[in-house]
Amino acid sequence: MLDLAHIPVLVVLFPLLMAAVCALLPFRNIAWLLATASTGMGLLAAWTGLEAHSGERVSYALGGWPPPWGIEFVADGASLLVSTVVAGLSFISTIYAKSLIEKEIDEHLIGKAYAAWLLAVGGIQGIVMTGDAFNLFVFLEISSLATVTLISLGGRQDRRALIAAYNYLVIGAIGATFYVIGVGFCYAVTGTLNMADLMVRLPDATATAPLLVGFSFMVAGILVKAAVFPVHIWLPAAYGYAPSAVSTMLAAVATKASIYVLARIAFTIFDGLDDMVFLILEFVLLPLSVMAIFVGTILAIMESDLKKLLAQSSIAQIGYITLGFSLGNVLGVTAGFVHIVNHALIKGGLFMAAGALTVVMARRVSIDSLAGMGRAMPITSSAMMICGLSLIGLPLTAGFISKVYLVLALVSSASWWIIGLVVMSSALSLIYLWRIVEAMWMQPMPASGRVREDPLIYTPLWVIALINIWFGVDAGRVFRFAEQAAKAVGAGG
Amino acid sequence: MAPETAILVGIFAPLAVAALIPFLSFQANLRDAAGPVGALFSFVAALIVAKAVMTGASPSVTLVTISEGLDLTFRVTPAGAIFGCVASGLWILASLYSTGYMRGNKEKNQTRFAVCYAVAVHAAMAIAWSGNLMVLFIFYEVLTFSTYPLVTHKESREAINAGRLYMGILVGTSVVLLLPGIIWVWLVAGTLDFTNGGILANRLDPAHAPWLVALFAFGIGKVALMPIHRWLPAAMVAPTPVSALLHAVAVVKAGAFTMLMVMVYIFGIDFLADTGASEWLAWLAAFTILASSVVAISKDDIKARLAYSTISQLSYIVLAAALASSIAAEGGLVHIVMHASAKITLFFCAGAIYVGAHLNKVSQLDGLGPRMPLVFIAFFLGALSIIGVPPLGGSWSKLMIMTGSIDAGLPLMVAVLAVSSLLNVYYLLEPVFRAFFRPVNTDVKVDTPLLTVLPPVITALISVVLFFAINILTSFSQLMVMP
Amino acid sequence: MEMIIAKWNYLVVVMLMMIGLFTVMSRQNLVKKLIGLTLFQTAVFLFYISLAKVDGGTAPIIVHNAVNQDVLYSNPLPHVLILTAIVVGVATTALGLALVLRINDAFGSIEEDQILAAKNSDYGRNDDNKGDKA
Repeated sequence: MLDLAHIPVLVVLFPLLMAAVCALLPFRNIAWLLATASTGMGLLAAWTGLEAHSGERVSYALGGWPPPWGIEFVADGASLLVSTVVAGLSFISTIYAKSLIEKEIDEHLIGKAYAAWLLAVGGIQGIVMTGDAFNLFVFLEISSLATVTLISLGGRQDRRALIAAYNYLVIGAIGATFYVIGVGFCYAVTGTLNMADLMVRLPDATATAPLLVGFSFMVAGILVKAAVFPVHIWLPAAYGYAPSAVSTMLAAVATKASIYVLARIAFTIFDGLDDMVFLILEFVLLPLSVMAIFVGTILAIMESDLKKLLAQSSIAQIGYITLGFSLGNVLGVTAGFVHIVNHALIKGGLFMAAGALTVVMARRVSIDSLAGMGRAMPITSSAMMICGLSLIGLPLTAGFISKVYLVLALVSSASWWIIGLVVMSSALSLIYLWRIVEAMWMQPMPASGRVREDPLIYTPLWVIALINIWFGVDAGRVFRFAEQAAKAVGAGG
Repeated sequence: MAPETAILVGIFAPLAVAALIPFLSFQANLRDAAGPVGALFSFVAALIVAKAVMTGASPSVTLVTISEGLDLTFRVTPAGAIFGCVASGLWILASLYSTGYMRGNKEKNQTRFAVCYAVAVHAAMAIAWSGNLMVLFIFYEVLTFSTYPLVTHKESREAINAGRLYMGILVGTSVVLLLPGIIWVWLVAGTLDFTNGGILANRLDPAHAPWLVALFAFGIGKVALMPIHRWLPAAMVAPTPVSALLHAVAVVKAGAFTMLMVMVYIFGIDFLADTGASEWLAWLAAFTILASSVVAISKDDIKARLAYSTISQLSYIVLAAALASSIAAEGGLVHIVMHASAKITLFFCAGAIYVGAHLNKVSQLDGLGPRMPLVFIAFFLGALSIIGVPPLGGSWSKLMIMTGSIDAGLPLMVAVLAVSSLLNVYYLLEPVFRAFFRPVNTDVKVDTPLLTVLPPVITALISVVLFFAINILTSFSQLMVMP
Repeated sequence: MEMIIAKWNYLVVVMLMMIGLFTVMSRQNLVKKLIGLTLFQTAVFLFYISLAKVDGGTAPIIVHNAVNQDVLYSNPLPHVLILTAIVVGVATTALGLALVLRINDAFGSIEEDQILAAKNSDYGRNDDNKGDKA
């Protein structure tokens, strides 16, 4: 049905085109239906591409201009995997978003909210699919401007959302501009912007100093977007104060695309300059990742607001992904991709549950106010527990698989100290989860009694929770896709 | 029933019970019958599997392939066959007993309790029959998480704090030490399958071996080696049936069993003997044996005293595994059985005293013997078995471990075991003597439900029977240490 | 010195960039921060444009009578890229200013320190802001 050659552009186009339609629609239900349909189509396209993918690189020349002159969209093992994750999670969170958006966003803004939602998804898909370094910047900004709009919609519940949105706008713009500076250096040296072409031409360049500068700028810019410690500061507030549905979508997919770009820069564009890349990976990215893991975990332990706690824990989890990437070998990058998939599922599920609790309690949810909610909302809470246990890596859940592969990669590269630190922080993450467990299940039910739970909210949540278990028991498929992705980005020299 | 089917029945009958219980909760009798019935299924399956293993077979079932090189495989080793029988057999009695206890005490949340109890047994069965170290680890963690709601059953401040300690130590050690240890083995040996004679010989640098042993010794928090033993006394805040089945049989024995499996089937006894990698562990175990016995003496709370006694007895098994001698390892396996039956007797009795007379201190037991004679006689037999007096089962395992320590060239360990026995006499027989040799206490109202008296009497008798059935046990243990 | 004069365009770019970045970080006023951001982005635009300049080159326009002749012309691609980047920059600034308006409505100030102070006094505790329409 779908022509495989068109998949790279279709996954981007479905949401982008529908965004324009949604913005004009006054009917909120139709806007939601369109959003669901377009993200669903995106998922169909991405999944078809991933299933049919057989290792070759499918290139789509936009407007018929052949690369390296025209802009190229590329479907290979890595972009298809990340695109499927983005499409899948955005599809599920769009379904989930309906009742939350109706409760949290003013009626006349709902159509426009869906438009921004789809623009964000389309922008992220563009980041993933594009094979052009400058075009990537454009998609980066499309998604981040749409995201800022979405975050600022949280201003109705809590005006701090506006500040969070503003800060994300400024910090994100600086990050993106850093990236463009880096691209400029590479362009100055090679005269091309196509990633594949850059990869071929960079090793021949005689001037290596501008390349080191360019690489550093690009990586620094993307680290901001990916919320890697210490440039993660925008993330906790942005996820914490955004409307609940938006937090879910962002937490599940937004940073994943940027982390993927990091792998693209390090292993595809600068493939021929391994010495330089590994220098940065080993002495910059690796220590930062380890620090991110610790700082994120400790901040999460100290945080009292549920959504911000989850956001802090995202910092640590992003650290696990970049830690895998910083090893640079196939096993490490594979572990990173496995965790991209699994963490999207874990955090998506947890934020969904947090959103469900927020709308029921009609206020910001702190850990203390969770008291007894496990008994008041058993369906939502038990799915949340599954995702939470997956977060700390209980065996038979997806999180365990991530942990096993990460430790496996670390053992194989004999990084003993780092293993110690990683497993220690993984054990520490038990503490913040347990604060939630104790509040939810070890307290008597609140006086308000059982809450009637909304099936449109808990069904997507349970789907994600069950996928967490599925990927924990049958991880071979995810692992193969991740390995394919690691090879496609060119990890391991 | 083919052994392969029996494996599935044995492991999944408890899970089926757990799944059914919420639907039966409208009828308390039906709900409480599910446990014993499921246990019976499990036990019969375990017997069938054990019979097959005795003939030299090792039936195995692969459920799914989690990932390349990581199969969810159950393969019954001789040690696993024994542990499976112990866990499922004692579950029959424990589930009857817990019904009596929970009802007698009018505890709340009985449904949740019964579900988690069954899941814990499921995990214990899966641990017993796991085919490789990763499967063992998976269910080791499942066991920890499924017992958390049991430990915190009372939902009091004290229970929640105990739950934190429980989760913190057990999950913490397993994630920080055990998992990296397992992955290290995986990378060095290329496999995690339990293989007779071990998989690490000629593959692991002998200089690294003591470190790997340390990862396992401290990573297996359930074996309660000092200084990571604190969770076990803390977990005693749980209702007594939990302490009985889980903290005398399933949880702690899962730890001891894991230790034994790692030493015998992963390191291999010969490898350990050649490298001396586990000698330090033997000394640490000896220290734990004596130190926790001393602490036990100072405890007035019956359950706390039993908890420290358990710590001491678990270290017998660690010692047996660390001695790197096949007779000692056999002794360790036999001790799992002997100690399980004896310790569950003691816990059952402690619970019966609590339900019947609402007493939980040793010093309150004066003159209570004639009032509840069966309970105290059962307690007496259990205590004798742990001390190691014939004709009770515990004497055999102690003898085998002593022989093993001479075999391994550490005769000092014999003295350690002997001193430990003396300490056992002191702190385990004190309650019995108080009960029988002090003037009869008629102030206390005694009302013991039959369901709480019968199980300890039965398990005490089992301890006696095991003394005479030692041949069956050794036929398994000899299979285990066969190269 | 020679080198600095020869590369004066880069010098300007770097100075603008630093001024912009410094403004973003040091100013309390949200509008001034946005001005700094725009300056920073503009510096990058200049960087690209100056890259495109070829010494002695003309505008890259095909002249009919010049077909098959060697004509030295500047690289047009960076101009095109920066056209896109300018659009992005305008959108960013517009959105930023819109947000500043909303912040002014909500907090009654666009000074960062005052906003932070207001935030803490009104909304310090999580339980106080039930469905607030600030």
